[in-house]
Amino acid sequence: MRTCICILCPNGCEIEASQDGLGTVTLNGARCNKGREYAVQELVDPRRNVTSSVKVADGCLPLASVRLSAPIPKNMIFPVMDAIRGITVKAPVVTGQVVISDVLGLGCDIVATKRVAKT
Amino acid sequence: MTEYHAVIIIGGGPAGLAAAVALHDKGVRGILILERERHLGGILRQCIHDGFGLTRFGEALSGPEYAERFIDAVTSRGIKCITETTIIELTGDKVVTAVSRSGLCTYQASAVVLAMGCRERTRGAIAIPGDRPAGVFNAGVAQAYINLYNTMPGKKAVILGSGDIGMIMARRLTLEGAKVLAVLEVLPHASGLPRNVEQCLNDYEIPLYCRHTVTGIHGKSRLTGVTASRVDEALQPIPGTETEYECDTLILSVGLIPENELSRMAGVEIDPHTGGAVVDEHFQTSVPGIFAAGNVLHVHDLVDFVSLEAERLAASAAEFVHNGRLPCCPVNIIPGQGIGHVIPQRISGDYDAVIAFRVRNPLRDCIVSLMRDEKIIVSRRYKKALPAEMLHITFPEGLDNNGDITVVAVAQ
Repeated sequence: MRTCICILCPNGCEIEASQDGLGTVTLNGARCNKGREYAVQELVDPRRNVTSSVKVADGCLPLASVRLSAPIPKNMIFPVMDAIRGITVKAPVVTGQVVISDVLGLGCDIVATKRVAKT
Repeated sequence: MTEYHAVIIIGGGPAGLAAAVALHDKGVRGILILERERHLGGILRQCIHDGFGLTRFGEALSGPEYAERFIDAVTSRGIKCITETTIIELTGDKVVTAVSRSGLCTYQASAVVLAMGCRERTRGAIAIPGDRPAGVFNAGVAQAYINLYNTMPGKKAVILGSGDIGMIMARRLTLEGAKVLAVLEVLPHASGLPRNVEQCLNDYEIPLYCRHTVTGIHGKSRLTGVTASRVDEALQPIPGTETEYECDTLILSVGLIPENELSRMAGVEIDPHTGGAVVDEHFQTSVPGIFAAGNVLHVHDLVDFVSLEAERLAASAAEFVHNGRLPCCPVNIIPGQGIGHVIPQRISGDYDAVIAFRVRNPLRDCIVSLMRDEKIIVSRRYKKALPAEMLHITFPEGLDNNGDITVVAVAQ
């Protein structure tokens, strides 16, 4: 059983979600379908985006901020952080540039979110 | 030698950038943005987390991405920007004195846009007793260290304040390998958004202790620990409830204060509820031709509203530049029971006026009303109203505008 606060709209419904042995999910407290989908996802396969930064070589800034192109399973957050930590990108960096493609085989890319010019 | 510009915008963050673009698109030329840092973008440069632009662009962008859209818009329009410039004086006659790498410069403007943003409340301001070692950082400072300067502030942290910045830094520190022992909050509830309690604290099993504060800081050259105490209903520490935390870093997220030194210098009237200027529906301050928007006016939670506010300001400032004046706004909007502050504080009643406000305490199923002479004019129901989320209510045009309006929030 899991209680989560839905983050999709300002209502912030507190939704109780539980799953029985057969995998059937029961929900309590949601006011819309989007909220129900969110609560089920949170219970069954919670996903998060990760935002961090990578080192930049020869750039006018030492770091370029990055994020994932799609959310990943919650339990992969720290492995993804380890993958990011080892990276140095060469300037110039363009917003939207793919820094790591299909990171850890999770089906999403690590993408730069800041423009960094060459020194 | 004084250089003339039609509009001088003080601050190249989201408010200043959006105002510049909108002014240009309304036909105003001779716009100058003056920015203190080396790069445009303001605080968004260090806000690398996502959630920006959800309402404006329908995407969850990071701060730098959101800023880049406006920086590109400013560049493509050829709007003049000077960075690494600090304004040291602003007068009510709209004379701006600035210091930059090219020396001391004086500018004369027809209109000035105040977009300086805000500062963080410091340890000294809340008088936390104890030693004065290194290792005590404001959350925004720690954020700049990590996200802009590639420097970790410490390894083992306690965070005071569960505002959004505090919670976001709890996550950021944890992702970069630091251990966050606890987030302490003096109020009975988290002061930031529920989504951040969920995604920054619960996700990483970082405990949140409400009704607690830091009552002692210990360490010689570097922090070695802090003392935390429970507080009573009056937010006063209760003797005998002390807990010691061993840590090398204390992060303070204890409030943002609009930065209005220049505004006060120019004679702009300040609202004690917000720490920012008193403005009318044109976002004009008490000094004709001086306007304000963004965090310098009142602290925002969503940058999308900052851009909207700056664009409304720009429509009026363009009219001011063209006509030399704006219609007067005689109706006062007053925060009443349950309401912390309102923006704008004065309206004309001749147009739909969107009033931004915050409730003082978390409320469920409440009704927010605009009242005049104890009669309700407009009402809106909110299933949930949190101090952490700025809300809006519209005062419709065409209503009789004799008499001040009070905004109240009443729980059901």
